Amino acid sequence: MLGLSKKDTTFLLVVIFLTLATPILLQPFPESSALAQFNAGYPDLMQRFAIFGIFAIGFNILFGLTGYLSFGHAAFLGVGSYSVVWMYKLLNYNVVPGLVLAIIMSGLFALFIGYISLRRSGIYFSILTLAFAQMSFNLAYSVLTPLTNGETGLQVYNNDPQVLMSEGSPTSPHFFGIVMNEATKVDVGGWQFTFSNGYYFCAIIAIIVFYLSLRIFRSPFGIMLRAIKTNQTRMNYTGLNPRPYTLAAFVISGMYAGLAGGLLAAMDPLAGAERMQWTASGEVVLMTILGGAGTLMGPVLGAGFIKYFENIFSKINDNILHSWFSALPDGLEDFVVFVFHPFIGKGWNLTLGLLFMLVVIFLPGGLIEGGTRIWNAITGKNRKKKREDAAHHPKPTSHVN
Amino acid sequence: MDAIILQILNGLDKGSAYALIALGLTLIFGTLGVVNFAHGALFMLGSFCAVTLQKILSLSFTVEDPTQKDFLGNPLKVDTPYIVSWFGDATGNAILNWSVPLAILFAIPVMLLVGYVMERGLIKHFYKRPHADQILVTFGLAIVIQEIVKYFYGANPIPTPAPDMFRGSLDFGVLIGFAQNEIIYPYWRLVYFLFSAVIISAVFAFLRFTTFGMVVRAGMADRETVGLLGINIDKRFTIMFGIAAAVAGLAGVMYAPINSPNYHMGMDFLVLSFVVVVVGGMGSLPGAVLAGFLLGILESFASMNEVKSIIPGIDQIIIYFVAIIILLTRPRGLMGRKGVMEE
Repeated sequence: MLGLSKKDTTFLLVVIFLTLATPILLQPFPESSALAQFNAGYPDLMQRFAIFGIFAIGFNILFGLTGYLSFGHAAFLGVGSYSVVWMYKLLNYNVVPGLVLAIIMSGLFALFIGYISLRRSGIYFSILTLAFAQMSFNLAYSVLTPLTNGETGLQVYNNDPQVLMSEGSPTSPHFFGIVMNEATKVDVGGWQFTFSNGYYFCAIIAIIVFYLSLRIFRSPFGIMLRAIKTNQTRMNYTGLNPRPYTLAAFVISGMYAGLAGGLLAAMDPLAGAERMQWTASGEVVLMTILGGAGTLMGPVLGAGFIKYFENIFSKINDNILHSWFSALPDGLEDFVVFVFHPFIGKGWNLTLGLLFMLVVIFLPGGLIEGGTRIWNAITGKNRKKKREDAAHHPKPTSHVN
Repeated sequence: MDAIILQILNGLDKGSAYALIALGLTLIFGTLGVVNFAHGALFMLGSFCAVTLQKILSLSFTVEDPTQKDFLGNPLKVDTPYIVSWFGDATGNAILNWSVPLAILFAIPVMLLVGYVMERGLIKHFYKRPHADQILVTFGLAIVIQEIVKYFYGANPIPTPAPDMFRGSLDFGVLIGFAQNEIIYPYWRLVYFLFSAVIISAVFAFLRFTTFGMVVRAGMADRETVGLLGINIDKRFTIMFGIAAAVAGLAGVMYAPINSPNYHMGMDFLVLSFVVVVVGGMGSLPGAVLAGFLLGILESFASMNEVKSIIPGIDQIIIYFVAIIILLTRPRGLMGRKGVMEE
């Protein structure tokens, strides 16, 4: 189906199912239960899952396939947000023109930055992209204030032209009349499920771009990108110029980032310069690595993982900890709470930093690799494979040069 | 003319900070071949050494002073730092006042230890891994250090004043024959510049004139051969890592009065220092120092009103702009050695 192999079709269908069922799947605990705080089925969070999933999928096309580590992807995120808000200001609150402009603008931006940055590779490439992103951030903060509204952030004011705005049209972002921040709430037993328009809009776009990235991964183009990661010199020797391929990957991933930025503004009609700061670029790097760079699902998992735990950890406070460990003896309870205290609430970033370090050190393949290892350990696949290897590939005899 | 001299002076102190951090970064890169994204965090840790010492020194006990009354007529509670009660008023207050320079003595062992632990505990395992992995793990470490500091000291900047002696400003213009009040330069910035000049010379002298430095330089040129000669080069490189951390820490200690330390100051400096290292040339120590001062001065020139009126916003982007041009036209940097990370 859709030019995919049978296995990939199943995979895509599973992804589609999971995405569409998210509002139900992420609400496993009834409202009244003590575990309800672990529910993640509310629109704001789910939208962020989808949006940062898109961002990470795009980043993965560059980093995962070609190995070029960009530290400046947040610039495209910002460009996307600004484009969408500008379209609100000029036309009306329909998100479509804005998203189209966001993709085009971030694509052009990526073409420019990529054309220059890709002349170098390795650490120099990282620093060049970082420099460009910081430049955009600083400019957005200072000189470009007429375009970006500086520190305040860009938003829609009453005296904006909004030429397409008619009497009855909605006054918040909408997709041909479907208003983003409206939601249907369904109560089933003790559970409450929220089906938000905004989430489904993001989710459908996310599915489309996921499909595109699946196609890119399986295409000859994708194989070319992997060849660049594996051995660029050898590629040169075979007479292939890697630069057009890397540039294309860079532009595509820039467009993904622009789209994600545009969607951020589509959910909440604001755009601020801090979206372009390099810490935001760092975040997408974290997501991709944490999930597993170079794998299809990894970046999405990483994005979801980080956003979910960011949300949950920030909500936990000492009182909740005390109630969890109330079964322990008093002194021990206080001690346990004391130990956990730095990692919760505002300390979420500390947890994230530690987690990230652990993943880089022990699991370079991210959560996906961790999952595979556990799966193999359970099914005993590895042991079997090793035995096979020993039979079919005898150790090469040592030779003297 | 006076404006130009003023801008050069203004660029010097920021340039010194860049140069010191970039020097440490280059030492680490040149010896161990590791790209250390946590170096900004080390700079920040240095600043917080100054804060910590200030806090320790001003630990106080409270006594009720019957001779003084507050507005309700109750005896006034007076905080007396232990230091003052131990050493008497004059000495005690002098020690308190000089807490930032004293923090240098405190920071050196602390930072050496931090550097040593960091290298042995973490970086050691990353020599064989790709540069991207090194960047990522040190980036994670930087976040962790930053968050730990935030946990203990809070998110707000903590003012750390310089000694009273250096509070004022020097009328530099008078010394070189300008009218009064034309070129004014705060004493502490002058101190900072001189201090960094001393540190930089000390590092260079250490590498140039000691046997240890000679071995390290040889190791930078060809690690394997030095190892084959029966010298434990790893151990020396670890010590160099400690020294690089100490240099960053000292830069941070002395910078505390200029810019009140907060937990994310390291990240702000890190990005710029990387640019400095790249402009100077990866692995070149003189290049790092030169580029540090050059970019510092360039930045302060770009923030002159005359320049800004021609190209608005140039002060915000000049450093990155220069870096991009240098990287594209002279990938080796200003003074980079041939063959070091050219691709």
